[in-house]
Amino acid sequence: MFEYAPAPESRSIVDIKPSYGLFVDGQWIDGQVRDKTVNPANEEVLAEVAWATESEVDAAVRAARAAYENVWSTMPGRERAKYLFRIARIIQERARELAVLESLDNGKPIRESRDVDVPLVAAHFFYYAGWADKLGYAGFGASPRPIGVAGQVIPWNFPLLMLAWKIAPALAAGNTVVLKPAETTPLTALVFAEICQEAELPPGVVNIVTGAGETGHALVSHPGVDKVAFTGSTEVGRAIARAVAGSRKKLTLELGGKAANIVFEDAPIDQAVEGIVNGIFFNQGHVCCAGSRLLVQESVYDEVLASLKRRMALLRVGDPLDKNTDIGAINSAAQLERIRTLSEIGSEEGASRWSPPCELPERGFWFAPTIFTGVTQAHRIAREEIFGPVLSVLTFRTPAEAVEKANNTPYGLSAGVWTDKGSRILWMADRLRAGVVWANTFNKFDPASPFGGYKESGYGREGGRHGLEAYLDV
Amino acid sequence: MSRLAVRKTYKLFIGGKFPRSESGRSYLVQDANVALASRKDVRDAVVAARAAVKGWSGATAYNRGQILYRAAEMLEGRRDQFVALGEPEAEVDAAIDRWVWYAGWSDKIAQVYGNANPVAGPYFNLSSPEPTGVVGVVAPPESALLGLVSVVAPAIVTGNTVIVLAAEERPLAAVTLAEVLATSDLPGGVVNLLTGKVAETAPWLAAHMDVNALDLAGVRDAALATSLEEAAAENLKRVLRPPAAPVDWSADPGIGRMTAFLETKTVWHPKGT
Repeated sequence: MFEYAPAPESRSIVDIKPSYGLFVDGQWIDGQVRDKTVNPANEEVLAEVAWATESEVDAAVRAARAAYENVWSTMPGRERAKYLFRIARIIQERARELAVLESLDNGKPIRESRDVDVPLVAAHFFYYAGWADKLGYAGFGASPRPIGVAGQVIPWNFPLLMLAWKIAPALAAGNTVVLKPAETTPLTALVFAEICQEAELPPGVVNIVTGAGETGHALVSHPGVDKVAFTGSTEVGRAIARAVAGSRKKLTLELGGKAANIVFEDAPIDQAVEGIVNGIFFNQGHVCCAGSRLLVQESVYDEVLASLKRRMALLRVGDPLDKNTDIGAINSAAQLERIRTLSEIGSEEGASRWSPPCELPERGFWFAPTIFTGVTQAHRIAREEIFGPVLSVLTFRTPAEAVEKANNTPYGLSAGVWTDKGSRILWMADRLRAGVVWANTFNKFDPASPFGGYKESGYGREGGRHGLEAYLDV
Repeated sequence: MSRLAVRKTYKLFIGGKFPRSESGRSYLVQDANVALASRKDVRDAVVAARAAVKGWSGATAYNRGQILYRAAEMLEGRRDQFVALGEPEAEVDAAIDRWVWYAGWSDKIAQVYGNANPVAGPYFNLSSPEPTGVVGVVAPPESALLGLVSVVAPAIVTGNTVIVLAAEERPLAAVTLAEVLATSDLPGGVVNLLTGKVAETAPWLAAHMDVNALDLAGVRDAALATSLEEAAAENLKRVLRPPAAPVDWSADPGIGRMTAFLETKTVWHPKGT
């Protein structure tokens, strides 16, 4: 293995304020309740942020309503488009700052926030900007109407990217938004609020209320909200679906997953192993569509496992701001605890655990890349979403068995297929009950490509033409 | 001496067969004794609907269209019977035409609702609609045939299978429609039809973990609708809520009742030599 000299990205480009308020009606207001957000790589406090109360959420929803009625829903689409183009451009101009801030607050490697998250954020705003004045061509009628005020709650795994997935289509369609970022990763959303000011977006069109579960509950159950969009756990998704029952609120949910990544014997093994590694270790496995169940055809099991272990030994775990880092910090102590608990259950239930030799930093939240072999479909690590760098390995003999095992889950967000045989790819793709099927690739995202799940992975699509439907009154 | 008529027994329609309610109950409605479905009948119907998903969703779109068109032919042949049951002639005609309209959608909806996606990289990327699976439907009470056809046809034409709770006070047209479907080459279990009390059977349907979606088109009790939607959240069923305002079932229905029970699957593959 090569030795690498440290290659840290400078954090001097970000100017984190000691304290942030709530962004309501284009203004910053001090929150009544405050908490801290930490850098998960070293547990250093980054800033104090507000946890919005019910009355503060109410103020934000009222601001969004006024902006909807007086400004945004009546503005010609071509004008809305230009605001979104402005926002996209400012994101590109401030790309490095956003990438460093995202890595500091979330713990993800700078290589990822710089090369994946932030470019996709800008691309998302560019994509939906162009829709704002073309909605009549989207297939939802000649002049589809917006819904009104959208209440949006996003997770901590891709903080700014999930914000873009929510806000860009909502604004393009003519809605106004109140968005709640996750309590452990609020900082890039707060900088996004500054970007809205810089773009001179009319006050109230975008409102950012930081906080935890109670803030989210106040937002989704607020009677002034017409549309609820949530990305997060299936458990919380269920609670939100119950909370909006009986209302006229339109709901889209992007929830958990337990994706199968299926490797056939004729697959190019080296490429497949890269796909397996990318599928489960990208973003520390904090990915709802992660390929967390590896299904390997029995005849190539030994070869795939040996190659996978060799590759895993080369993964560099450590400082998120180091440009050579492959795997960064686990986002929070609570998430680390969940990963540890489920991994211990994996061992207790009889699966074999393996991690490459790997030195973890002393401070912060860290978990070595891990695989379990000898996993059966009954094991909890094969059924439950771990949301960490932990892979369960199972085997199969026939394509029909691979389909059966892949679909044997209440989730249905994504799946991967690796084979050289074209007809088999299409045969598998037809039968996999999942919203995204990656064939001979994995974890690819694009603003033009719809994303979302079957079954208990939620409903509705984000991205692409399909993503507009969630924000139109159709 | 005048001939004594042979009366019809109005039964349930489950898995392509016409059983009485396992509960042995019936209720008097429209001057007939009609089967009063129970929780067990709901469960049997879900089993039948689930068993039919693989074959029906796997059939070609052309084949589904052919079968649904055949059902319209059978419906036309029973036209007078529906009129005799009290369905207005114009509604019967509209129901037949509505069925034909949806039959034609079978091999077009994927072209209208799916599309290629121009992603920023060397990838083939295609989004296509697929059926959600098993759909529970509460039929509209105010339009026993046209309303029923308008909720059943859009759900099944795309490959879903359904369990339908017929209009409680006007179930005879629904049972007769089941007889039409039974003679239309429609595989058993694609449409399962239960007569009885919606307030009794709908909660079991809404809470059933092997049902993927609910169409509450016919629920007129707001409290019941809310509790059904809450129960549906347990396995994140897709829910089409009751209409906010009275529906004109003869108006152009659009494609919304089809797309409500479709999932979008997006397939990626690299391009290269």
